[in-house]
Amino acid sequence: MNINIIIQQVINFLQLGSIYALCALSFTMVYGVARLVNFAHGSIFGVSMYVLFFASTFLFERIKSPWFVYVIVLIIASVVTSLIALLLESAAYKPLKNAPKIAVVVSSVGAGMAIQYLILNLAGSKALRMPALIPNLRIELAGIPVPLYKIMVIVIAILTMVILNVIIKGTRLGVAMRAVSQDRIAAGFMGIDTGRVVSASFVFGAVIASVAASLYGTAYSIFAYDVGEGIIWWSFIAAVLGGIGSISGAVLGGYIIGAISIIAPILLPVSSYKDIVAFAVLIIVLLVKPTGLMGKKDIEKI
Amino acid sequence: MTKKNYSTGKNEFLWQLAILLAITLTLIALKEMRLVSTSFLLILQYIGIYAILTLGINIVNGYLGVFSLAHAGFMAIGAYVSAYLSKYFFTDITMFAVSIMAGAIAALLVGILVAIPSFKTKGDYLAIITLGFSLIVQSLLQNARFVGASKGLNNIPKFTNIYWVFGCLLFAVFITNRFVRSKYGRSMQAIREDETASNLVSVDVRKIKTIAFALSAFLIGISGALIGHLLGYTSPSAYGFVNIVDGLVMVYLGGTGSIVGSIFGSAAWQLIVQLLKQLDTWRWVVGGILLIFVMVFLPKGVFGNMELDDLFRIIKEKINRKEPGRGIRNG
Repeated sequence: MNINIIIQQVINFLQLGSIYALCALSFTMVYGVARLVNFAHGSIFGVSMYVLFFASTFLFERIKSPWFVYVIVLIIASVVTSLIALLLESAAYKPLKNAPKIAVVVSSVGAGMAIQYLILNLAGSKALRMPALIPNLRIELAGIPVPLYKIMVIVIAILTMVILNVIIKGTRLGVAMRAVSQDRIAAGFMGIDTGRVVSASFVFGAVIASVAASLYGTAYSIFAYDVGEGIIWWSFIAAVLGGIGSISGAVLGGYIIGAISIIAPILLPVSSYKDIVAFAVLIIVLLVKPTGLMGKKDIEKI
Repeated sequence: MTKKNYSTGKNEFLWQLAILLAITLTLIALKEMRLVSTSFLLILQYIGIYAILTLGINIVNGYLGVFSLAHAGFMAIGAYVSAYLSKYFFTDITMFAVSIMAGAIAALLVGILVAIPSFKTKGDYLAIITLGFSLIVQSLLQNARFVGASKGLNNIPKFTNIYWVFGCLLFAVFITNRFVRSKYGRSMQAIREDETASNLVSVDVRKIKTIAFALSAFLIGISGALIGHLLGYTSPSAYGFVNIVDGLVMVYLGGTGSIVGSIFGSAAWQLIVQLLKQLDTWRWVVGGILLIFVMVFLPKGVFGNMELDDLFRIIKEKINRKEPGRGIRNG
């Protein structure tokens, strides 16, 4: 194996890992604040793919500047998915505030199913090809040609994570979110509007999912109505691997899953064994450290 | 039955016999006298098979109170082992019971292994481990050449008929009923309410969890064996997300911790799926929204922790409450 291939694979790993990390982040945002495993999240990712597709095909016929289009469609997708997430929250999750925890999970499964098949019925089952949101140029990296879009996927993903980190650490909303995720009742006593913070976490999740969708569309271009299904499970797994609810854990988990997906097919005879490897790693990690890699130890008070 | 019920034991036994007889006669009437169409018979068989699956899931998810997603894996093991056996070894229908048993016991043995992670991990983490188990089984089957890889096993002899299905369902109901009322069953429900406390009153938590997972896997294995022999084929794609979600929906729709709920949940969901069939792919949209509605208005499912006699008692109390004696009873 020469150096050229190694660099290509490293870039592939960073690209895939960044996408998984973003998805896991969007997943863990909702979990951390709302304490809800949101199985409808994959469908929100799917909606965002379709909005990006239709909006960008529409705009590319009129506007020639790709970067401008990218920003516009990202904003449109974020707004649409945020609205859907808020609608879901108020229709399917809020009424279940006092119900058993599992009722909310089942409700989110129902919501996910409804949205996914709504996409199927409205947009058809045919696989679509996302227009190139990021111009497909080739740049030289230490003498090795690398497609620009792969670098941009990594850069945009890391940029999003940095911005998110600043928001969580620095702003009032971020402080409120951390407070609610630590102790919802106590945060309420301190004068934090917990309901609004939970809604904000849904919006954050939807916006990050939209960014992830735009990167996924750029990197792999072909998608169908069930695109969210595979992504949701893998991002859930990445989030759990890192310690669900932990932001740095989600990023770490995302990159680990990305690494397994790239390295395992090279070393193993059958490429689909990568799923087994990923699950085996996950199970071993959870057996050794039951709260994930970066998860805080849950001390049970009796 | 517990000792408390011993005096009414004989009476109860007669009742059970009467119910058994009634079900058998109904089935014979339905099938042999062709009172209903073959497609309706098929739906009845689906209901029966999924009721066994739901009972199996309910033991772990309902009575033990552990959120497990391992049922797709258990079902796949039951289906593949039994289908493989009756395709290559026990090709005669007289040996069908043997291949069902083999599939169920294979699932049981794996179920004992799956119980191990539940000793240490809890909640969402355990959910993801059991999900991982289901998807690993699916992935292994997709790559195993001797069971047809991703195409699966075809030309399985179609042994399953309505007698087998309801015979197995009665067996499953009987076992579940005996189990949840036994010492082990009560320990299991104690663990659900408070694991630490039950550990302190010397409930062997690990043993009980292992038994619960094993029995659950056993029943789910039976349902897998039946569905393989009903359809005549079995493929890895049938034991993925759709199967996991289907199982969950039936358990939580019917209500956790309830035998009647399990049967009701599977019957209701199968009928809904069949009734919505003319809606084509829209049925999943309607089904999903329906699920949200059920959860919002009945968060414990229809029969959450209730059996039929509990329901009758509640109805009776509601009727009695209207009578003038109310004031005295409360006073």
